[in-house]
Amino acid sequence: MAVNETTERHLADLGQGTEKNVGDSIGGRLSRRSFLSGLGVTSLVAGASPLALAELPAPIDAAASLAEDSAGATVTLLVNGKKYDLGALEARVTLLDALRERLHLTGTKKGCDHGQCGACTVHVNGQRVNSCLTLAVMVAGDEITTIEGIGEPGNLHAMQAAFVEHDGYQCGYCTSGQIMSAVALLKEPVGKTDEDVRHAMAGNICRCGAYPNIVAAVQQVRGITA
Amino acid sequence: MHSFTIERAPSVEKAIGASGKFIAGGTTLVDLMKLGVEEPPALVDITRLPLADVETMPNGGLRIGAMVRNSALAQHSLVIERYPVLSQAILAGASPQLRNMATTGGNLLQRTRCPYFRDPGYENCNKRSPGTGCAAIDGHHRMMAVLGTSEHCIATHPSDMCVAMMALEASILIEGPKGKRTVAIGDFYKLPGTTPHLENALETGELITHVEIPEPARGSGQVYLKLRDRASYEFALASAAVVAQVEAGRVRSVKIALGGVGTRPWRSHEAEAALTGKAASPAYFKAAAEAALKDAKPHEGNAFKVELSRRCLARALKMATA
Repeated sequence: MAVNETTERHLADLGQGTEKNVGDSIGGRLSRRSFLSGLGVTSLVAGASPLALAELPAPIDAAASLAEDSAGATVTLLVNGKKYDLGALEARVTLLDALRERLHLTGTKKGCDHGQCGACTVHVNGQRVNSCLTLAVMVAGDEITTIEGIGEPGNLHAMQAAFVEHDGYQCGYCTSGQIMSAVALLKEPVGKTDEDVRHAMAGNICRCGAYPNIVAAVQQVRGITA
Repeated sequence: MHSFTIERAPSVEKAIGASGKFIAGGTTLVDLMKLGVEEPPALVDITRLPLADVETMPNGGLRIGAMVRNSALAQHSLVIERYPVLSQAILAGASPQLRNMATTGGNLLQRTRCPYFRDPGYENCNKRSPGTGCAAIDGHHRMMAVLGTSEHCIATHPSDMCVAMMALEASILIEGPKGKRTVAIGDFYKLPGTTPHLENALETGELITHVEIPEPARGSGQVYLKLRDRASYEFALASAAVVAQVEAGRVRSVKIALGGVGTRPWRSHEAEAALTGKAASPAYFKAAAEAALKDAKPHEGNAFKVELSRRCLARALKMATA
C-alpha cells in the first residue's frame, strides 16, 4: 500500500543516515520495517549491544539465498505488468517468498504462512489467492498483481484511499492483504449487505479488529452506504 | 519445506506417465509439505491440463473437469440453478482465496484436519505413519469423527463439497496406466479400519479427470446446512446435505449425506430408508436423524456431535422439504 511504498523510500534514506529523513519518518509515516532498520543504524552508531542486532530479522540477502539453487529451473514471473527473470528457482519457493525475498516487493506480508490469515493475498490472473500456498514455478507466465501494482503515492487505488479515510487498520500488517481481497471482491458476485462483505472478507484476519472500518471502506468503494 | 522437483504436465497422457505426486491448487498439499506431513520427492503440476470445463451431458447430467476451481463451480449458473446443494456446500467451505485455488479433483482428495495427523511432533498416527497408533483417541476429541471410526483412527473427513457430491450421487472419472474407469463416489472413500493411510480407491499413477453428477429429480429441494464454531471460514462440527423430492406431502425420494461427523463423507442410506414414502413431517425427520446416528461411537470430547448432527439433519430436512 501507499504507506509502505513511502516508508520503503524512507528505509533507503535511513540507510544514508541523514537526520532530516529520520525526523520525517518519525513525524510522519513510520513502518515497522523502517523502525527496525533505523534502530539497526542507530545501534551501530552508538555501539550498542550486538544482541540487539542479532534479534533483528535476517537481512534480505541472507534470506534470498534460501531461494537460490543452481539445480532449480529458470523461472520468469510477470508481476504488476513487468517481467522478472528469477533465474534458477527451487521448486519449493512459494510465490510469497519469491515476491518478498527475490523481487523485494515487501508490500505482500507473511502472516501464518499456511493459508489461514490472508496477509499474503495477491491476484493471479485477476483472482485473489494465498501466495503462501502457491509455488512460484507454478504461476510462471500468469499475470500476478501485488499491492504495489494497484496504486502508488499520489495515485491511490480507490480502495486504498477508502481504507485511509475509514481508518481500516491499526497496526497495518494485514492491510495489504485486506486491500487485495477487497479489490478482487469488487468483481465477484457478492451481495449488497455488510454481512455479505464480512463473509467475502472472511479469508483475511485482522488481529487489531478493524473489521467495522474495513467493511465501511469496502462498502464506500462499492457505492453502498449504510 | 523439503527439497523436491516439479514438472508441468502438458497432457493427461503425459501426467499419467510421469512419476511424482500430482499437485493442483496446492491448498492441502503445500500446507502439509510445510508441516512435514507430506514429503514427496517429485511433483507433477496438473493445473494446465485441459480439464477446466463444466459441460452438460446428453443424459441431462453435468460433467465437471477436475481442474475446475471451487469458486468457478460454486458460481456456475447451471450449478446454482440445478445443484444448489453443491454451490451452497462449496461456498460454506474455506475462504474466497482458497476457493479460487482449490480444484474439484483436489477437493475430493482433501486430507483430514486432525491436529495429531498434521503435527509430526506426535509420533502416533496410523494415517501418517502406519502401525504407530492413534494419538487422537487419547487426546482432544472435539473435532473428531463419530461415524466410521476404528480403534486405529478417528480422524474426520473435512470437505463440504464431497458431502454434497455424496447426496448428488456423483461419479468419479479416472484415467491411469491401465486405462479409464469410473467409480461411484459411494465406493470411492475407504473406511479407516486397520489401514487409515489408505483413503480412497485411486491406484498408483491414476488421475481424476472429471466428476459427473446426474440430473437431479425434478422439483427436488436441496439444502446444505453447516454448523460450526464461527459463522464463516471454519470446518464443520456437523453438516448435512439433503436432496429431497416431495409429492402431496410425502417424501417420494431423498438423498442424505453428513459432514463433520464421519471418517469419510457420510452417506446415510439408513436415514433415507426411514424417510422414503413417509410424510414430510418433524416426526419422520427426527426418525431419519435417529437412524443416521444409530451406529455413532462418540468419545468423551465429541459426544455432543451425535445430538448436534441429528438436529442438523432434522433441520436440513425441514428446509429441503418446505
